[in-house]
Amino acid sequence: MTPVLRILIPLVILLALVSLALGPAGLGLGESLRALVLGGDGPAVLVMREIRLPRVLLALMIGASLGLSGAAMQGFLRNPLAEPGIIGVSGAAAFGAVLALQTGFAALFALALPLAALAGALVAVLLLVALAGPRGGSLTLILAGIAISAMAGALTSLVLNLSPNPYAAGEIVFWMMGSLADRSVTHVMLALPFTLLGWLLLLRSARGLEALTLGEDAAEGLGIDLTRLRWQVVLGTAAAIGAATAVAGVIGFVGLVVPHLLRARVAGRPGRLLAVSAVGGAAMLLAADIAVRLIAPDRDLKLGVLTALIGAPFFLRLLWQMRRARA
Amino acid sequence: MSLLLIRDLSVELAERPVFSGVSFELREGELVGLIGPNGAGKTTLMRAAMGLLPFSGESSLAELSPQYRARHAAWLPQQREIAWPVSVEDLVALGRLPHGTGGAEADRLAVDSALDRLQLDPLRHRDATQLSGGEQARALIARALAQESRLLLADEPIAGLDPAHQIAVMEVFADLAKEGHGLLVSLHDLGLAARHCTRLILVAEGGILADGPPAKVLVPELLARAFQITAIHEDTPDGPVFQPLRVLK
Repeated sequence: MTPVLRILIPLVILLALVSLALGPAGLGLGESLRALVLGGDGPAVLVMREIRLPRVLLALMIGASLGLSGAAMQGFLRNPLAEPGIIGVSGAAAFGAVLALQTGFAALFALALPLAALAGALVAVLLLVALAGPRGGSLTLILAGIAISAMAGALTSLVLNLSPNPYAAGEIVFWMMGSLADRSVTHVMLALPFTLLGWLLLLRSARGLEALTLGEDAAEGLGIDLTRLRWQVVLGTAAAIGAATAVAGVIGFVGLVVPHLLRARVAGRPGRLLAVSAVGGAAMLLAADIAVRLIAPDRDLKLGVLTALIGAPFFLRLLWQMRRARA
Repeated sequence: MSLLLIRDLSVELAERPVFSGVSFELREGELVGLIGPNGAGKTTLMRAAMGLLPFSGESSLAELSPQYRARHAAWLPQQREIAWPVSVEDLVALGRLPHGTGGAEADRLAVDSALDRLQLDPLRHRDATQLSGGEQARALIARALAQESRLLLADEPIAGLDPAHQIAVMEVFADLAKEGHGLLVSLHDLGLAARHCTRLILVAEGGILADGPPAKVLVPELLARAFQITAIHEDTPDGPVFQPLRVLK
């Protein structure tokens, strides 16, 4: 096991316990864990199993998806500024959800909103396949992703623009900020299969990403099938990030920042970074989700707002360092 | 034993023929220098031989599955890319990827031996992206050697190295050939080609213009035709010496 995981895994467990113990119901840590594990029929059990556990599980899953796909995307594009949103799937998923909110489809049944978002993500993947082609290069792929992001962003703005009532617009804006509040076990169950499929595809790309350290030509010479690797990374990211966006909205910067923070801990190796970055992403999102509840317990501070608030200055610092390294 | 068999190989890039009807065989113990003017198709020829771009004709390498091919032949591209700050040791160990997991001891020996041959042992724990250009070039050559394949195809491996390291690398290649490996190495330094290669293949005019021992290839008529240069070529007690002189008008 990579040494850094010996720190990160206990950290994730600790943060998960803190998150489980946190909430307006005012249950102590011992009391909450007893209710969670032993069950029964009191209100504490309901709070733990229906409210707090899904929240912790989603933070774990989505944080890991963001960290893992960020590391895979950076490794594949050999660019430390790449992030999972680059292929346009999160933007398209958000648009699917926005459309569902606007049309009232989201109110029809419990999973209508995340299902609409997943449909948006699927459309983005089909567009990517059509635009970047089965044998298209990395540059075509990035450009197609940028085009899809731009299109989804424009359509989202259009919906907001034409929104007849300010409450619907407000609801849309709040949803897009990203949050893990009030999610249920059904959200976990919906996201889980796509998330696991995404993780499987991404973790299998480790060998190819290692070889890509030497560039595309040398990697092919080492026996790596680049077309297959490209689709492993793109479809893996699409499945994991599509599911994450569907249940939690858009959460930025985790996928960009976490691989950076941890790269030096795996001696720069892009294949090893995958698992480490997944655990690191889970830790960061759990911490951020604890922070939103501690900073403003009564104001429903959005998770995506917090990650961007912390992530953007970090990103600037990174650019600053890169500029100095080049000078 | 034949390590590479190329028969009637033709390549078109963007519907423009680069070369056509190229045939040659590379046997174990040979250090073959691939020479020719810029744009003659040396890189294209090697990439086609590896099966990395579409071609017509036959290449014994391109018929192998990618993983098996990578065990039989190492490919060292001209583009020297090191994307992430990995250690020299880890960079060289990438050559072990085609061998799969499980042979940890064999991997370690191969990496140590490759580092040793390129005199990189003192640098083994350094960040490869922080090395000088020449050191990076040698680390990438060591990566190809760690692959422990019978055949090595290297595209301008000594470009940008200082004279001492150019000679040292050519001597490593010559040693490998003596040990039974086969090497196909594209070179622009005809002096080093003349001294170290057992055979030269001159690529020009859309095909192979000459193929044979250096003394038979580096002759005034072919040099004038392919490179438009004159040169002196002398046998000294210290081996052959070749020096280009003038551009022909």
